[in-house]
Amino acid sequence: MTDTNEYGREGAKIRVLGTVRKVFTYAGLSLWGLVVLFPFYWMILTSLKNYGAYTSEYVPRFFTLSPTIENYLKAFSAVPLAKYFLNTLVFTLATTALMLLIIILAAFAFARLDFKGKDLLFTLFLSLMMIPNELVIITNFQTVTLLGLRNTFTGLILPSVTSVFYLYLLREAFAQVPDSLYLAAKVDGTSDFKYLWKVILPICQPTVVTIVILKIIECWNSYVWPRLITDNQAYFLVSNGIQEIRENGFGRENIPAMMAAVVAISLPLIILFLVFHKKIMAGVSRGGTKG
Amino acid sequence: MEQNNRKAWLYLLPALAFLGVFMIYPLVDVVIYSVEEGYNSASQTFFGYGFYNFDFVLHDAYFLQAVRNTLVLVAITVPVSTGLSLLIALGLSSIKPLRNLFQTVYFLPYVTNTLAVGLVFMILFKQTEYSQGLINLLIQAFGGSAVDFINGPWWAKMTVTCIYTVWIVMPFKILILTSALASVNQDYYNAARMDGASKSRIFFKITLPMIMPIVFYLIITGFIGAFKAYSDEVALFGTDLNAAGMNTMVGYVYDMLYGNGGGFPSYAAAAALILFAIILTITVINLLVSRGRR
Repeated sequence: MTDTNEYGREGAKIRVLGTVRKVFTYAGLSLWGLVVLFPFYWMILTSLKNYGAYTSEYVPRFFTLSPTIENYLKAFSAVPLAKYFLNTLVFTLATTALMLLIIILAAFAFARLDFKGKDLLFTLFLSLMMIPNELVIITNFQTVTLLGLRNTFTGLILPSVTSVFYLYLLREAFAQVPDSLYLAAKVDGTSDFKYLWKVILPICQPTVVTIVILKIIECWNSYVWPRLITDNQAYFLVSNGIQEIRENGFGRENIPAMMAAVVAISLPLIILFLVFHKKIMAGVSRGGTKG
Repeated sequence: MEQNNRKAWLYLLPALAFLGVFMIYPLVDVVIYSVEEGYNSASQTFFGYGFYNFDFVLHDAYFLQAVRNTLVLVAITVPVSTGLSLLIALGLSSIKPLRNLFQTVYFLPYVTNTLAVGLVFMILFKQTEYSQGLINLLIQAFGGSAVDFINGPWWAKMTVTCIYTVWIVMPFKILILTSALASVNQDYYNAARMDGASKSRIFFKITLPMIMPIVFYLIITGFIGAFKAYSDEVALFGTDLNAAGMNTMVGYVYDMLYGNGGGFPSYAAAAALILFAIILTITVINLLVSRGRR
């Protein structure tokens, strides 16, 4: 009898400990969630505040009762923000499309065709993954400058249309398509190119979509290369645009308008993320970098 | 076979052409730049070959400052972000309800434009004529004294930089660690619980050894990422990082190449090679250590 009582008491103690642990875990996780979300909340809040109201708040208010869209109007009229958006869109779409075409062809050669020196070449490709961008950007800058391609879309796009890492991901996916499909297609007299387009790509569509999304994020956020290659505002991407706004936009320190621009720039990727978050997170955990 | 050979090279041609022009040639060229003394961008002439560029860079006060900033950034943000993300990943894997929601929210900073969100951090920490800024008000509320984090003393600027860097790199680490924890075989835990092992014992004897390779992977990528820090600093302090005293090694390379003090590809090349040597050394040491432990 006393024995069961003892056990009962132990059990209750463990249960209480477990509850306490749960409470602490949830509190800690919520705290980090707050740290992550607060900057987003703050930029939206500030972007909705009237300029006069914002500057008169010594202690910033955590809400606003009179939201205004004047900052957004200002952000799109005082600086060519719409132009920056358009440039980024063109840059992102062209870079992603070209890269996809190039790596699909190369991945197919590595996964399906036989040729002399294939393994050696593939190893060489893989070893290129170790090369940091900082090392090659110096010559690329000189090359593009010498070719007279500064302040052109060609100059912006060309150096980023190959990616060894995405090529590797794609080759791995292609290699998993069973040989029998290829042989069957050969018997039917299907050409390699048609086989690649009609059979392999539909099968490997999930990988292709992942690569496209990751590349879009990368393009939308790219800053260093566009900064080196463009000094004409007509070719600025959003990152350079926001930097330009930070340094000389909107007259004297109009922070609400600046935040409106920040919200506008962040929104497309956040929407993309909300729609594709499972795909994006799976893709990144398979070998994204940054961090 | 012969025909197949030719066809394969045709498929590879675009990739080879672009990689050749924009990756392999530059790789050779950067070494040549780094040993060409007195290179002049405008006339494309130089005096001769030697190691003067390295000598210059290693004695340049701006470079030494950039190295110091980068090292401090690496030394603080890599352990802090790795430790914190491990803690959060452990918390995540111990709960069921709301877990997916937390995971999705935590990943959000990964998909944001670092330059844009950096501005939000700037206004949170900045002092202006009309307000101390939210963070300073918080510090004052807790009895501290306000400090200008954006234009103030070096340690204050470094603090914001570290906070922002950690905020930016956490999503990737949390994601990787959570999936690593999820892949540890549950049988080990069940067996340990049968034997009555305590929670901390289970963590140190089972969980940690099982996820150690992933932790090492994160430390290496964290080191490399932190050594390449640049755009976060630009977002907080503007493009003239030398004037702000907050330049990084990568920033030094770009400033030498282009911008106010630019036009010196040889110095940029020398600095980039020094950076690469450091990164390579750390990677190799990390690999050796992790192999030794296994």
